[in-house]
Amino acid sequence: MPLVPFIVASVIKSIIVIFILLTAVAYTVWLERKVVGHMQNRWGPTRVGPFGLLQPAADGIKFLLKEDLTPPHVYKPLFLAAPMIAVIFALTSIAVIPFGTSITIAGYNIPLQITDVNIGLLLILGVTSIGVYGVALAGWSSNNKYSLLGGLRASAQMISYEISLGLSLVGVLILSGSFSLRSIVEAQSGLYWGFIPRWNIFPQFFAFFCYLIAAYAETNRIPFDLPEAETELVAGYHTEYSAMKFAMFFMAEYANMITVGCLATLLFFGGWLGPVAGPAPLRVILPVFWFVLKVFVFLFIYIWVRGTLPRFRYDQLMAFGWKFLLPLALVNLIATAIVVVR
Amino acid sequence: MSIHLIMFIAFGVVCVAGAINLLAQSHPINSALSLIAVMGALAGEFLLLGAEFVAAVQVIVYAGAIMVLFVFVIMLLNAGAEERTQGSRVAIILGVPGMILGSVLLAWVVLKHSGTQAVAVGALPGPPSTIGQLLFHQFLLPFEITSVLILIAIMGAVVLASKPEAVQKRKEH
Repeated sequence: MPLVPFIVASVIKSIIVIFILLTAVAYTVWLERKVVGHMQNRWGPTRVGPFGLLQPAADGIKFLLKEDLTPPHVYKPLFLAAPMIAVIFALTSIAVIPFGTSITIAGYNIPLQITDVNIGLLLILGVTSIGVYGVALAGWSSNNKYSLLGGLRASAQMISYEISLGLSLVGVLILSGSFSLRSIVEAQSGLYWGFIPRWNIFPQFFAFFCYLIAAYAETNRIPFDLPEAETELVAGYHTEYSAMKFAMFFMAEYANMITVGCLATLLFFGGWLGPVAGPAPLRVILPVFWFVLKVFVFLFIYIWVRGTLPRFRYDQLMAFGWKFLLPLALVNLIATAIVVVR
Repeated sequence: MSIHLIMFIAFGVVCVAGAINLLAQSHPINSALSLIAVMGALAGEFLLLGAEFVAAVQVIVYAGAIMVLFVFVIMLLNAGAEERTQGSRVAIILGVPGMILGSVLLAWVVLKHSGTQAVAVGALPGPPSTIGQLLFHQFLLPFEITSVLILIAIMGAVVLASKPEAVQKRKEH
């Protein structure tokens, strides 16, 4: 593709994807409040718009208009930089995630993905590992005991679970032989014995189990939300943040949830693969629909877990990560390697 | 000048500026953050040379894991800003130009007489599969020896970090 159409296509794709991602973040918050509300025999948001559907817009306006406090005792440069680091790196990882096959516009074949790099998965791992700094620096620069404890807990937890997360993905990489997310999905096309889809979840069930748990810990969600445990730490690392700076941490958390859902879909559930039929436009839209549906299921499970499980104790969290999850991921990796090489 | 070269020089400038800032900052956390910038810029340089796997590993391992531990320790100890001391003036007047001269001489001698050439863009083994082939065929023995070395270092760290009473107790058993 020549340079100018390439740049135009990339810019348009980036704008659309970022717009959809931010909308999805806002509506994941709405979904969470609604679902958890119903699980606890409440209604959730109902006042703003039908079914409270305009609640995210109201929240956004509220965040923008609230007074933006900066406490006097904070270390200002890092206090300002921390939420930006968190949200920038949370939004970056969407760049390598493929949503569907490809469309042809004006003779150019445009894949439904901002960019397909051959180290796509490594890029996501790198970006999420840098995202830890947002949380850690927020805790430190707030100059507040609760924030510092929250930041310390978050960085310790993220480092511990990153290892299990990385190891659980290696099995999938061995099966597909590529770091490119598009190739990983394409390697899952076809059927086992004519009726079971050839998704990685079946040969890599234990890896999926490890990935899901480690990812919950990476995103600091219940039952692993020790960094912001309200009963002990007020609000953890974002205790001192208000208005839009707080909203940035909030957006980063939900954007990370969506990335985790997308990755789980791509690596274990065949991405956009699914039954496709009908005329040409439908053949483009259906794969995107399957992808979105699978991601939605993951987001729902996230919220379901939040509504169901209590929080771990800190020593339980560390023991579980190092003594159970890591050995399980290692055994799965060795077993996969033996089966594939044999 | 190609866009590659411009970006290469830009990343190089960020790298050197980060390294100088690391030394100039008086607060440990600022120094640690400059080191992260250096690591990131190095990853950019690797990427421009066509070694995308090394670039990704540079970010994941160095910037993402090792430096998080550095920051973690600084946060845990809650280390404050260092006091500025008036260093010796002779060291600044003679030392800095001397060091620059020395490194320029060294680089010149090495490049001139060892037959080494500058690495061309894309000359490094880039794709992960190539790196894997090299590591597990040609360099299998050094690779394994390195992993044993790291294992010894980990065990040494555990022994050094454990309390003396615990070691004593273990000996008695």
